[in-house]
Amino acid sequence: MPDSTKPRLTHAHLIELLRQMLRIRRFEEKCVELYSAEKIRGFLHVYIGEEAVAVGVMQSLAPGDAAVATYREHGHALARGVAMGPLMAEMYGKKEGCSRGRGGSMHVFDAATRFYGGNAIVGGGLPLAIGLALADKMRGRENITACFFGEGAVAEGEFHESLNLAALWQLPVLFICENNLYAMGTALALSESETDIHAKAQSYRIPSEAVDGMDVIAVEAAARRAVAAIRAGGGPRFLECRTYRFRAHSMFDAELYRDKAEVEVWKKRGPILRFTEWLKSNGMLHDTEVTGIEAEVSAEVDSAVVFAEAGNWEPVEDLTRYVLAEKRA
Amino acid sequence: MSAAGMVQTTYREAVRAAIRAALKADERVFLMGEDVGRYGGCYAVSKGLLAEFGPERIRDTPLSEAAFVGAGIGAALGGMRPIVEIMTVNFSLLALDQIVNTAATLLHMSGGQFNVPVVIRMATGAGRQLAAQHSHSLEGWYAHVPGLKVLAPATLADARGMLATALEDPNPVIIFEHVMLYNMAGELTADAGAVPIDKAAVRRLGRDVTLIGYGGTLGKALEAATALAADGIEAEVVDLRTLRPLDTATIVASVARTRRAVVVDEGWRTGGLSAEISALIMEHAFWELDAPVGRVCTAEVPIPYPRHLEQAALPQPAAIVAAVRATLGR
Repeated sequence: MPDSTKPRLTHAHLIELLRQMLRIRRFEEKCVELYSAEKIRGFLHVYIGEEAVAVGVMQSLAPGDAAVATYREHGHALARGVAMGPLMAEMYGKKEGCSRGRGGSMHVFDAATRFYGGNAIVGGGLPLAIGLALADKMRGRENITACFFGEGAVAEGEFHESLNLAALWQLPVLFICENNLYAMGTALALSESETDIHAKAQSYRIPSEAVDGMDVIAVEAAARRAVAAIRAGGGPRFLECRTYRFRAHSMFDAELYRDKAEVEVWKKRGPILRFTEWLKSNGMLHDTEVTGIEAEVSAEVDSAVVFAEAGNWEPVEDLTRYVLAEKRA
Repeated sequence: MSAAGMVQTTYREAVRAAIRAALKADERVFLMGEDVGRYGGCYAVSKGLLAEFGPERIRDTPLSEAAFVGAGIGAALGGMRPIVEIMTVNFSLLALDQIVNTAATLLHMSGGQFNVPVVIRMATGAGRQLAAQHSHSLEGWYAHVPGLKVLAPATLADARGMLATALEDPNPVIIFEHVMLYNMAGELTADAGAVPIDKAAVRRLGRDVTLIGYGGTLGKALEAATALAADGIEAEVVDLRTLRPLDTATIVASVARTRRAVVVDEGWRTGGLSAEISALIMEHAFWELDAPVGRVCTAEVPIPYPRHLEQAALPQPAAIVAAVRATLGR
């Protein structure tokens, strides 16, 4: 049996990691374009720059596992296996969207992949993840729940309550803090007395690790170690992935709170850029392959847009559907 | 056991019997909350259940309302049927995010994919001199929120029977147990079980006026009705039972018969449940009314500690009688 704690550094796997990151990047670039064209409205928070975290962590999950994410979750949804067409239709608010258009960018849900949102309350997803893991534990299922949140959530009470409960009850939760240094416009140092976030997890006796969140292999390796420990019955684990958001917080952000030079420095460490260079320098990637992947991804994005454009608006008569469930599901 | 299969019980014991029966009937059911296990529940509802069912299913939690209510929501999503106990409605405000932003919204936000079959029980109401952070009646706030069902058992049969139906419901259901009802004693049939949770009940028939109450105010409304009967005024008493969705048909049918209504609510008057009921009577039965709808609510103060002030703040039978007389002009 292969060692599940280590990334499989086969050529095919490495190419897949690159492909997944590019799918997210190109999808979101298209979303930004569509936002300007007013096809996508409301809030749009893109993940550009942070792709290595979702892609790396999702490699460690099995089909039965659950994922809980934030309002910046397009990348998590794609990496988890939510199809791009329904995801784009959701961005449009169309009935064919993965949440029937009722959620939009911030509320992506998908029962088939056990993707539980898409939560726009900072810290709000953590208690939910605790409960999903509790159910798995009580039912004797071997699933784990991966719970993504930003470093901004660390200041919320729900973060501390949830870490305590997960450790106290030894629940199968993988906490992934995506530390991109800014909670909207507030720098970490301006909001936390202790900025070494993974140390906070240790104060709840949760083994934790800080990882270079710009390095997809490092993230995958750390996630596989953590997930193996959780599946072995070791209780929760915590990863702090140090990353950076290249774009504005949302489409309404003038980015007054950070230096352009700082952004440029981080961009040089970009997860796709660095991984591509590393693959090339090791002779594992050729320009023709990149062109091929880009073409394939571009076609997927284009057909997602076609799918969304062709989608239908939910009839207004159905406005109050799904407020209460009629039958036990 | 007395005649005809009746047993002596209390409201507290009826709730406990309901929880016990649910735990026995379905292995997915478990109870969690602060001090529900070793302590036996802050109002002694769950006393003895830990010994019977063990710490996995009678689960003491830290003082973390947001986390354990959210965990109940998550566990419900994960296929369990959790009963989450919150000590009092005042403390539930610490979990308001999970209840209002998550439990109530998930089904809709997910386009019908994820329903949340969680039951959240909590104590509500005043009368035990517990002052302003343990005595409020905020059930009307929850009744404001689409996606939730809100119940207020006022009788032994409902205390015994609503939980099972709530657990069968695919939606988040909140059950409010008034603190002054826990010691209420009476008889219940030995085989008492599940009751519907979608209908109000007429607890007393009358022709002159409809008194509308629920939970802790039902007894006061019935007491007022008895006092009025001595003067030849026959009040019909409607027990709402379910605060969301309201059983408009039963309310309107009663008011259409009596042509007068007084709403009795332990919540505050301003922006409260009594205002909603009054408005729906106006919308559905305006032309049947012979007088404006009256309201008897809690005074607009945080509940005070000393007994005389606490009692002065709450709806009382005398005030209900006075409100009825005002609508009748006598």
